[in-house]
Amino acid sequence: MEMTFAPEHLAFRDEVRAFLRDAMPPHIRAKADVDANFTHAEIMEWHRILHAKGWAAPHWPAKHGGPGLDATARFILSEELELAGAPHLSVFGLSMVGPLLMEFGTDAQKQRFLPKILAGEEVWCQGYSEPNAGSDLASLKLSAEDDGKGHFILNGQKTWTTYAQYADWIFLLARTDPTAKKQAGISFFLCDMKTEGLTAKPFLTLGGTPAFCETFFENVRVPKDNLVGPLNGGWTIAKALLGHERTLIAAVGLSTRALRRVKRIAQTTLIDGKPAFDHPGFRAKIARHEIKLEALRMANYRTLAGAQLGKAPGPESSILKIRGSEIFQQCFELAMEIMGHDAMEWFNEPGSVPALEQWVPSAFNYNRATTIYGGSNEIQKNIIAKHLLGLPGA
Amino acid sequence: MDFELSPDQKTIVSTVSDFVKKELPLPRMRRLRDDPTGFSRDTWKQMGDLGWLGISYPESAGGFGGTFVDASLILEQFGTTLVSEPFTESALVAGHALLLASAPDQHEKYLTPMLAGDTVLTLAWSEPQTRYNPARIATRAEKKGTDWHLTGEKTWVLFGNTADHLLVTARTSGEDGDPDGLSLFVLDSDTPGLTKHPLATMDGRRAAHLKLDCTLPGDRLLGAEGKAHEAISRALDIGAAAACSEGYGVMKTALAMTLDYLRTREQFGTKIGTFQALQHRAVDMFIETELARSTAIMASIKVGDEDPAERHRAVSAAKVHLAVSGRHVAAQSIQLHGGIGVTDEHDIGLYFKRMQVLTTLWGDEEHHLTRFASLPSFSP
Repeated sequence: MEMTFAPEHLAFRDEVRAFLRDAMPPHIRAKADVDANFTHAEIMEWHRILHAKGWAAPHWPAKHGGPGLDATARFILSEELELAGAPHLSVFGLSMVGPLLMEFGTDAQKQRFLPKILAGEEVWCQGYSEPNAGSDLASLKLSAEDDGKGHFILNGQKTWTTYAQYADWIFLLARTDPTAKKQAGISFFLCDMKTEGLTAKPFLTLGGTPAFCETFFENVRVPKDNLVGPLNGGWTIAKALLGHERTLIAAVGLSTRALRRVKRIAQTTLIDGKPAFDHPGFRAKIARHEIKLEALRMANYRTLAGAQLGKAPGPESSILKIRGSEIFQQCFELAMEIMGHDAMEWFNEPGSVPALEQWVPSAFNYNRATTIYGGSNEIQKNIIAKHLLGLPGA
Repeated sequence: MDFELSPDQKTIVSTVSDFVKKELPLPRMRRLRDDPTGFSRDTWKQMGDLGWLGISYPESAGGFGGTFVDASLILEQFGTTLVSEPFTESALVAGHALLLASAPDQHEKYLTPMLAGDTVLTLAWSEPQTRYNPARIATRAEKKGTDWHLTGEKTWVLFGNTADHLLVTARTSGEDGDPDGLSLFVLDSDTPGLTKHPLATMDGRRAAHLKLDCTLPGDRLLGAEGKAHEAISRALDIGAAAACSEGYGVMKTALAMTLDYLRTREQFGTKIGTFQALQHRAVDMFIETELARSTAIMASIKVGDEDPAERHRAVSAAKVHLAVSGRHVAAQSIQLHGGIGVTDEHDIGLYFKRMQVLTTLWGDEEHHLTRFASLPSFSP
């Protein structure tokens, strides 16, 4: 057993760190230093910088323009990006529809879409959830009818379509056979956001930023070429995504950075004239968070070491999403507690609170989403209970 | 990063697992609860013959040149049936204290026979107000010519009633709490002036309070006078890591028993495992168990690290995690068993009790949390 990275991976990590030191533009670095929210334009600027280096999609294979890294190097690159506080590239193209097209798309679809996803020339969003189809996703109603003339006609509504207002394309699940059993009548489509009849209306999240949209489809015409996989085979495709890149799902790097911020805030917040970091109660709380995170990091390393050997993810990997999302939230809860009255901050002019604290309240609120999106933690627990623990169905 | 078991390690796991299932099943532990010795000398000898006791020791001391990871694999299996033999107390904590503190001739005299399964050792370090700081002791050793005279008392000495040799800490110089000035002596169990008050522990094992008013020849001092703190501190870390590995075995067994109960127990005309509230509790237990496995592996790899900062960070993180997750799993396993879980007759309570003792031994949650938070690596 060995708990350190191999020399070639340590060398790669040094290379990534050196790149991050040099390549991050000053205005992005200034925001990264205080973990501010990045604008869409800044995210796409960073996407282009990473793409020029060949690192926009660490997990893409070389034949699709990815860096062709092994599992450990992919993990290192992703984690270093998280640790540096770099803008988080949109996942919908790079991590979701891209890998799905590689697995299920036609050659024409791959050629048409993959290069533009990689280059950041086309931005994607995801159309899964509907007002009445959340955790019970298979009850979705948005309909796609074959017009017999080369198109499907889409009618209905999607919701929580994150950053649809910036998206050029949407991948979505639609009902193509209303008579079939729930999961059996669903197909997977790609749709141009500029298509007539399609409108995305942003709305504010708890975080006070417009991250979500309601997206309406009124007789939206989608060419048959934009069906991915077989007709009525969409559920299989959607499920395939669940198994991708388990090593990154815990986002240990993000939580590590969030906890580091908690400590920095604790060092500059005084209680009775002394740093909160030296206050026994807060110090113990921070230590508990760090120990939880260490346990998650170790579970993640075990998954990673297995992936490096090409093994299927073990039982430890199924807990990564649940625990990773919880710890990330808890870091912000703790930051808020340490901040005292500053935790009431809400989009006031810079300087109203220390720069390090400015974005914490917004993030604290928005991050309630981390235990909900991508299959809520309760759904994850249902899956574990059934498939890993062999508990009987209701 | 590599967490695969080597072929040798896989053999250890399957051998120990088979032996434990066949020779040391849980009913045996139940019987030993009423036995004043609390374990079997024959089984101890078998463990020596099989090479388990010497697995983490160099060949020069009569060991097999393995690692703490190898020992942790054995302990994980021992946790599944609550094996009563003093593997952690003698073959890890006392043995390594001896190895680290003393010279080869003393290894040959006291360590090698223990590794062969012929004797049992124990480390007597705690006193009424020691809590988890081995330097906070009142026992003193004074030089009388070439002899040493020890006076004081020791509490909760595990297997102190039956151990053949007791490694006893005493202050030979310095103030209360000083790491310097702590010395280690080896006493035979029948040393004149050594009084043993036998004790039962909650988990069905045996211990003793000791009173010391003994004169020892000079060669009973292990290693250099006043320089034993490092060896004792490392031995206690080894004990903490061992508790994490055994604790994982306890947790996974309690979880398996609970899942089994959820799959078979019927109420309201259906298996109770169909209820989502209970399913999610079971998943929470599973999550804690998997994380405890991860931290136990981390501790077993790092406990041998020469850098104390690395060692302390990993061991303390794992021990805190064991306390939190172990307590959770043990308590939930009782809760999900319902009334039957609160009877002495049902086995699940035996795992609950062992887990509680493991959280107490070798530094509890508070001790390791404080130590973790005081390490330089904790500051940003």
